[in-house]
Formats: sequence, C-alpha cells, structure tokens
Amino acid sequence: MLGKRPWKMAAATAAISLLVAGCAGSDSEDPALSANAVVISIAEPQHLLPTNATDSSSAQVLSSLFYPLVSFDAEKKPVEVAAEKISVAKGNKVWTIKIKPGFTFHNGEPVTAQNYIDAWNYGAYGPNAQSGGYFFDRIEGYADLNPIDPDKDGPEKAPKPTTNVLSGLKKVDDLTFTVTLSAPFASFKSVIAYSVFHPLPNAAFSSPGVIAKGFEEKLIGNGPFKMKGKWEHDDKIVVEKYSDFKGVVPKIDGVTWKIYGDQMAAYADLVSGNLDVQTTIPTDALANAPADLGERYLKSENSVFEFIGFPTFLEQYKSADVRKAISMAINRDEIASQVFLGSRTAAKSFVSPVVSGYREGSCGEACDYNPTKARDLYREAKGPAEIKITYNVDGGHKSWVDATCNQIRAALQVKCIGEQEPKFAVMQDKLQAKQDIGLIRLGWIMDYPLMENYLNPLYGTNGGSNYYGWSNTTFDSLVKQGSQAATPEQSIKKWQQAENILAEEMPVIPLRYGQNVFGHSERVANVEMDLFSKVNLYEIETIA
Amino acid sequence: MFRYIVRRLLQMILTFFGATFVVFALMFANQDDPIQALVGEKPISDTLRAELTERYHLDDGFLSQYWHYMSNLLTGDLGDSLTGREISEMLSSSWPVTVRLALMAIVIAAVIAIAAGVWSAIRRGGLFDNGTLMFTLLLLAMPVVVLAPVAQWIFGMELGWFPATASRNATFYALLLPAIVLACTVVATQLRVTRTSVVENLRADYVRTARAKGLAPRRVVWVHVLRNSLIPVITLIGVDLGVLMSGAIVTEDVFNIPGVGSKLAQGVRTEDGPLVVGFVSVLVIFFLVMNLVVDLLYAALDPRIRYE
Repeated sequence: MLGKRPWKMAAATAAISLLVAGCAGSDSEDPALSANAVVISIAEPQHLLPTNATDSSSAQVLSSLFYPLVSFDAEKKPVEVAAEKISVAKGNKVWTIKIKPGFTFHNGEPVTAQNYIDAWNYGAYGPNAQSGGYFFDRIEGYADLNPIDPDKDGPEKAPKPTTNVLSGLKKVDDLTFTVTLSAPFASFKSVIAYSVFHPLPNAAFSSPGVIAKGFEEKLIGNGPFKMKGKWEHDDKIVVEKYSDFKGVVPKIDGVTWKIYGDQMAAYADLVSGNLDVQTTIPTDALANAPADLGERYLKSENSVFEFIGFPTFLEQYKSADVRKAISMAINRDEIASQVFLGSRTAAKSFVSPVVSGYREGSCGEACDYNPTKARDLYREAKGPAEIKITYNVDGGHKSWVDATCNQIRAALQVKCIGEQEPKFAVMQDKLQAKQDIGLIRLGWIMDYPLMENYLNPLYGTNGGSNYYGWSNTTFDSLVKQGSQAATPEQSIKKWQQAENILAEEMPVIPLRYGQNVFGHSERVANVEMDLFSKVNLYEIETIA
Repeated sequence: MFRYIVRRLLQMILTFFGATFVVFALMFANQDDPIQALVGEKPISDTLRAELTERYHLDDGFLSQYWHYMSNLLTGDLGDSLTGREISEMLSSSWPVTVRLALMAIVIAAVIAIAAGVWSAIRRGGLFDNGTLMFTLLLLAMPVVVLAPVAQWIFGMELGWFPATASRNATFYALLLPAIVLACTVVATQLRVTRTSVVENLRADYVRTARAKGLAPRRVVWVHVLRNSLIPVITLIGVDLGVLMSGAIVTEDVFNIPGVGSKLAQGVRTEDGPLVVGFVSVLVIFFLVMNLVVDLLYAALDPRIRYE
C-alpha cells in the first residue's frame, strides 16, 4: 500500500521537526541585565500579591519591589522607613502612621494613606482568602470581615461578612492614617514590618475591593526596583532600578530572581558561576560547600526554632521531670555539628536569639547535656520504657531524629524509635484524634521579631501552632500583660517572666536554632542575609 | 486504512476517560490535606481554610468532584491549580521545552543505538561488539537518579563543558547534556534490540539473494537489512517515550528545566489534584497518538502489514 515515498517523507518531517525544536526559542541564556545587576535564587513563589504572599520566596521578591513602613536596626528595634513617623496614643490602642511625602508607585501614582487602607482591607477580608489575612487580626473590625463558622465542621457555613472595610482604619489626610487595635499592643510597630502591610496602587484594583486580573503577574510597588516584563513562572522575575525612587538607593541596578525547582540545581549554578547568591545551601551540598566556596560560604542567624513537643493527652509524659530528663539526655551540640554540619546551633531557650528579650540559656540546666543526671531523674520520675518520636518523612528529618533517639537510648537506657508519617498534615490529624504518636518534632519561623511571636502561637492556650495542647493560665496572662504593657521594654519583662514558667514546666524540648547558610559568587560582595532570611538588597554590590 | 484510524481514535476516547478516572481516583485517595500542604507547617486561619475548601470543592464527595472536573474539562476548561494559576497556561508554558528535550533525547538515542547496533552486528564477537555490551550493561545498571546528578557534577560543574542547568528558553547547547542523560536511559535496550534484529536478518534468504546479485555490501546492510530490522526498534522507541517521560521527572528537576516532568512532580508533592490530573490527561493523549503513529509506521516499513 504505502511505498517508499511516505517512509522517506516521514523521515524528512522528523528531521525537520527536530531541527525546528532544537532551534526554537534559542534566545541566549539571560546574561544579567546589566553588568551591575545580580542573580539570586528563589523557589517559585506561590503568590506575589503582598497580602497573599507568605512563603520565603515571595518575601524575597517583594523586598525588591516594595519599601516597607518599618524595618529593623542592628538591635532588632523597629525603625521607620517608608513611614515618617509612627506614634501611638496613650493606652497603645490608636496608632497614627504618617508616611513620607514624595514617594510614587512604579506607574507614577503618588503613594497615599488610602493605598495602605485599601490594601489592608483587601487582605483582611475573609472571602478573599489571603494567606496573610491573619496578620490583620489585631486591628479593630477584623472579626466582622471574618465571621466564625457557628458549628465549625458541621453543615452550617459561616455567614457572609456584612462589610469589607476594617473599622479600625481611618484616613486623616493624604499622608496620614490611624490604626485602632481591638486590644492594646505596645509592639504593633514591629508587626507592620512584614510584607503583607505593603500598600497597593489604585491600578491594582479593577473596582473597589477587586484586584485587577493580571496585576499579580506585573506587580506595581513603591520600592527601589520595578518589574521588568512579567513574572515568568518557573523561570525568572527580573527587576530593574526605579529612577524616581526617593528612599535609600541600592548599589545595584537590578536583580534577576532566578527560579529553581530544586536547590541542588541552584547550587550547581552557584559553583559554576551562573548564579550570584544562593540563599539556602541544600543539606546535600553542605559537606562540599566550604571547599567549593571558601570564604564565599557564609552563615547568619535567622528565626527558625526547632523543638520536640509532648502531646498533653499522653499520660506517660505528664510529669515535668520526665520531660526534663529526656531533654537532658540529648546532646544538642553534637547533633548540630555532626548531623547538620554546623548549619544549625544548639537551642537552650524557648525563643530565638533574633528577638529582643532573648536570654541565653533561659531553659536552665534542663537543656544541658547531662546523661547521668538525666537517667537518675528519669528513674525517679518513672518515665515510660519506650519513647517514640514522630516526624514527617518529606522534610528530611530522619537523620537527626535517629541521632536523637540514639542519644536518648544511650543516656536513659530505654527503647527509642523514630516513627514516620508521610506528611505533616497526617501528624496533625492523628494529634487531633488523640492517637498515641509519642513525641512530635516541630518547627517555627517567626512573623515578626518579638518574643510574643514565639510565646503566644507555640505555648499559648489558643496558640495557632500549639499542636500539643499545653495550657497554663498564669503563662497566658503574663503573655497578655506583656502585650498590653505600656512600653516595649515593660512588655519584654513580662514575657521573660512567662518564659521562666516554660523553663519550669518544659512543655517542649528546645533543640536547635536555624541559620541562613548561604553562598555567593566571586562577582558580588557585601552579601548579608537578615533574620527573615532575605538578602539585604541595599548593601550587596558587584565587583568588577 | 481510514477505517482503522477511525476505530483507533474511538478506542482512544475510551482509554482517555478510563485513564483520567483512574488518575483522579488516585489523587483523591492520596489527598490528606492539600490546603495544609500549600502553606507547609504554618497554621491556617479558619476563614482561609473554609474559603479555599469552598473554592476548590474539597469537601465534596469523589463522584461530585469528578463530575465537576469532567464537565469543566469537556468545555475546554482545565481549571485552576491550588496556587491559583490556570492549568491550561501552565501546560502551554511547560510543554515546549519538554518536547524539545524528548525529541533531542530520542534522536540521540536512536542514532547511537542504530549505528552502534548495526556495526556490532556486522562485527559480531569483535572488540566493538563486546565493548558496547559492557557499555550497555553499565548504562542499564545506572538509574537516572544517579546518572543525572553525576553528569551534572562532572560535565557541568567540574569540567565546565556544558551549562550546569538549563531554563525554559534554553539553547540547543544547554539542553544537550540533559538530553544525553535522558537518552542514556533508553539507548541500551534500543542498541541491543537493533543488534539482535540485524544479526537475525543478516542470515535471511533475501540477504543471500542480494549478495548473489552483486549488490555492494554497504547497500545490503544499510538499506535491505536495516529497513527490515527496524520494525522491532520502532516499536521500542514508541514504548520508550514513556520511559523518557518518567525519566524527565528526575532530569528536569536536576537540570532545573521547568517542563512537564518537574510540574508533575511538584503537583504530586503539593497534593494539587487538578494540576496532576490535567497534566496526566495531556500525557495520556500524547501517548495514545504516539502509539497510533508507531502502528502506522509499521505499515510504512513493512508492506506486508495492512490495516483494514
């Protein structure tokens, strides 16, 4: 039927299509936009709209596109940046924010108080499902925008909110607005440093309260850099200097945020010189990194706090002495240096060292490695003969859980096993169902640098991440007193008292603090990373 | 011929629905808490959870979710991924680079396999034949999870012959190393099959006839024998497309190529049902069409095969 010709034609078409495929889109590999620009690795951000962007990659990108109201000085005290003055009336309830004049968005619109109010209202409105919405819950009127489901998991649904504006936000004049909180909070100024509090230009909204389609793809901010072209998903986001920027001008002319699906791929590019900064050196590369990068392999502190929790429904861990004994059986320094190759540091306190108010060793002797004392205490308190530590396998926790178990086994002479669950959500479900899953491994990254941001979510009775259900009314009231104290200094005093209770009760075992472990190419200098794990774009510079 | 194609196309529709149903059911069974997977380990506010559950129909039953998905699909709407991106847009941005990568890999593998296969068949038992045997055994023993990072380390980072990673608009050159790695996953079997098939055909009667009538040995081998030996190889290349796609999941991840493989892996990791089902549906169509093309090629290669 089919003779020789179709066969030849098929071969020819195949050859041609291959040639086309090979040549198609063969634009040159992006040489950084200008000699004075840098290439920094990120993962694909989930979202870029500030109120919906809570992952670390989007926070990085937003730091180039927006100028925050507040940022932190070397002592971790909040200082005004885009804000000219932030003042508070007596009682710490009504905050007045005055922004600096003369700033414009990248499309030329002037930045006004209304831009902040619109953006915050959008973020707080429940039906918009913004992942950063909970940041606004201190502001008066948040509850009206987020009605509570009357029967939680039942068939009834939460009613629709009756309003979509926060009653606590009031515009005073073009550059000033007031924020009324639902309860006094002395450290609110630290909270608004986060990226969800960025303003949005009028161009962001197609109608009041509705974000224009495609705005997220080509974001318009008020920061030192503007987007060049669109967000090229899974590939890159290019930003270039905004010439009308009135704030502190960075030393570089632009940033290419290069998106990597896998951190090892980024590391390969870093070593071969195609990438200027990698913000997280992957665990698999830690052993080679010091040799590969030399002095370009750097570390700095960040807010990560890792610990082990004791579910309160487990009878065998009811005694604080049992909890302390297990804690004393763990040699934190050894694990940090042997398993994590120095990429973490041992934790001996219940909050991270990056917050003011942190005291070294506030956990006391219970966090010091002391196997003999641990064994005696454990015997006296009649601890269980078998200890189980549950972790999620998708997070690379196996090696340190096994190491921890080995230490516990050696010190306390009990059985200790690491129990695997496929995902974090499965662990949560089992906790909720009060199944005996033993100790659970957990971690925390702060939203804002306050002791309160560790104490309340992790140990408060209603804390969002208090998965183990620990509850202590004295502790709760001390944290609350701290939040409502007159000055940040007085707040810290109260919070430290609260932390002392944790040291006595040992609701969790502090294990390690995280660090930014990063590296850079020979093309750049002055690379710094802050406590939020973001590259300081105002300091980094290229060297010829 | 025409009737055959129509019949195959009708079968395809059935297969397509069956396959998407199975994938949808698997994703549904695998789903623990996609909303939690979205934010990692951070707590989720109740309103956010309620809103997202509503938006993606996550608390509906299996059949109702499937019905929802299918009725959208039939109107050409692949839906949104859980991160809010349109899946049709994700597909159109990730297919081109994967197709380029796969085509390059297929051609590299086929050229090497056929050339080396024929050569070792002619010199059966020789040094080259034994050498390729060793080489193919080595390749077969090496999974792509090892091969890809090792190749990247040696040729990309240490020697610097190739760029260590590629991107969506990568040049031919940047895609060459990943394509070679991908080709390595299939070249071994293709080479062995070519060799065996050529060896068999070299003993056939028509070869003796061709030689007897005084044809040049080169023409006998590369035209008469090769064409008849290619039939099983072509089948194999068709099947290998599947191997290439699964290999692409690893290779694309290692070389940072934002193609179908890496998106699919990401979708599975984040329990993104709509994303995985959408991508797999298109993969299924791709396979079905490739299979049909392979079957039609048989007829082109072997005049004895006729489709009615």
